[in-house]
Amino acid sequence: MSIEVKNLSKYFGSFRALDDVSLTIETGELVALLGPSGCGKTTLLRIIAGLESPDAGSVLFAGEDATGVDVRHRQVGFVFQHYALFHHMTVFENVAFGLRVKPRAQRPSEENIRARVHELLNLVQLDWLAERHPSQLSGGQRQRIALARALAVEPRVLLLDEPFGALDAKVRKELRRWLRRLHDDLHVASVFVTHDQEEALEVSDRVVLMNAGRIEQIGEPRELWEHPATPFVYDFLGDVNAFRGHAARGLWHADGVTLPAPEMTQDDKLHAVAYVRPHEIDLARDKSGASGIRVRLDHAYLAGPSAYLELQRLDGDALIEAQIPETRYRELGFKVGDVLVASPLRARVFAAA
Amino acid sequence: MKSTRRPGLTAPASQAGKPRKRRAGVLPGFGLSMGITLTYLGLLVLVPLASLPLKSMSLGWEGFWKIVTAPRVLASYQVTFGASLAAALVNLVFGAIVAWVLVRYSFPGKKILDALVDLPFALPTAVAGIALTAIYAQNGWLGKPLGEWFGLKVAYTPLGIAIALVFIGLPFVVRTVQPVLEDIEREIEEAAASLGADRWQTVRRVLLPALLPALLTGFALAFARAVGEYGSVVFIAGNMPMISEITPLLIISRLEEYDYAGAAAIAIVMLALAFVLLLAINLIQGWNARRGERGS
Repeated sequence: MSIEVKNLSKYFGSFRALDDVSLTIETGELVALLGPSGCGKTTLLRIIAGLESPDAGSVLFAGEDATGVDVRHRQVGFVFQHYALFHHMTVFENVAFGLRVKPRAQRPSEENIRARVHELLNLVQLDWLAERHPSQLSGGQRQRIALARALAVEPRVLLLDEPFGALDAKVRKELRRWLRRLHDDLHVASVFVTHDQEEALEVSDRVVLMNAGRIEQIGEPRELWEHPATPFVYDFLGDVNAFRGHAARGLWHADGVTLPAPEMTQDDKLHAVAYVRPHEIDLARDKSGASGIRVRLDHAYLAGPSAYLELQRLDGDALIEAQIPETRYRELGFKVGDVLVASPLRARVFAAA
Repeated sequence: MKSTRRPGLTAPASQAGKPRKRRAGVLPGFGLSMGITLTYLGLLVLVPLASLPLKSMSLGWEGFWKIVTAPRVLASYQVTFGASLAAALVNLVFGAIVAWVLVRYSFPGKKILDALVDLPFALPTAVAGIALTAIYAQNGWLGKPLGEWFGLKVAYTPLGIAIALVFIGLPFVVRTVQPVLEDIEREIEEAAASLGADRWQTVRRVLLPALLPALLTGFALAFARAVGEYGSVVFIAGNMPMISEITPLLIISRLEEYDYAGAAAIAIVMLALAFVLLLAINLIQGWNARRGERGS
């Protein structure tokens, strides 16, 4: 079932949490709401769930206005960052809760409840924990139980608020892949909130990148990564170096470096910033005549397949981060303190604000 | 090659010959703190209590039995424990509501209301007793309308005793429930609502079970306090034998007659009854806690 959000605004006192946000999510889609803390992503999710009410705008489920519908009747499955399991109940009773509180006429029989709960526990592969209490489970297990509990009421949409935020890195990775497979079996619209760009890019069909209560960019993960619409998107998705300079007629210049800037086609020379990823910087020893930015190697982090280098510009205080394959780093034989020439290979150029 | 033994490594070797001491736990001072605890409890609680049976021994079994089962004494047990139970039950309900309001809502004057809850702790109980008597007496602010409109007599009846005990016991329930309620995350209630539970189902199935241990503790404390209460009750009770005479008052009147053995005998029965009731409440709590951990 599709979710449509139209012109949502929400204030907390004088703080603008959401500013005229519109968004459509189709059935079967898994969408990530991504952004730094305080960008409004959780507020948006809670408004879709009905846990918060907007100051302006509307929420539509399958084309029907659901803005005034109470959370109890919205049929949303909501998963909380800190699980929010009922501690005094067994895992079984936690999952059965949504079925037991149904009005008498709709409540399934005890056998049906039993069968449904075990089916769900099997789905999350934790049937063997049915009689345990939440305090006896690990974080990853708790979150899977929370998901099973949310699915018990056959939700029309599945909403997850930083579902893996409280888990350690390895479990996170496992669970998010598992969530992806689970979502594909369910045929619902799912939305999850995260501040982890890797998580959003890996799992979702589309990413909604938010900043300061507004949507910066919506798109498939690859689209966001390759064609960031704004400097914020570029900055948020991975490390980036910013070089100040000027651009005109499709070219960007600064410090003896010239890069193509196809977006800047105007004739006037404008202030422009070139954003360069660390792996898009080439390094060579400083020889006379070499074009590029002269830098001193301050630190080298060698963990994994790449060498991460921290470079101090000789013409200022700014640092440049560069990433080169570890084998190449060894070949070149750089040492800390060496003076090198850094040349950006590619850049995305935005007009300076 | 020279000896490479470092000084740090020699220490365990030199100790090896001595009989090994039991390794101390991570928390130091168990022996000392346990000793203080036992001495303290012994001197303050056990020794005075142990003197009670000694005092009443002079009566002999038959004399003891005669005193503690006299009709007037039996009636006083009923008044004391009956009124205490009733008062603790009333406090259980309304104390929980007060705690709820203090935790969940913010309103002007909340801090003042919060401080008011502790007043029964601080007020000399005799002051409370005199104030309550003045209000509930037949010509008092509340006593008069209650008597004229409903024919209800509060002062000098067991009802008056219960009201004094409600007043005394209120802070116990509020102060035990409040912190537990503060710890229950809002998300728990939101989770219940998103699963379709209405307000009442959330309270009954989610909040009350989580609050149960604190409610029981508050109830036990309020009850225990009420059983031993003397100062606030004697004024409002009227102290009519067989009707509104509490056991602590009987004990005092025995003492005033220099009947120490008789006073001790009644006190022992009171002690035993109070202990049994508190033990029962503790057992219920233990059972409830175990139920919460079942399945390990």
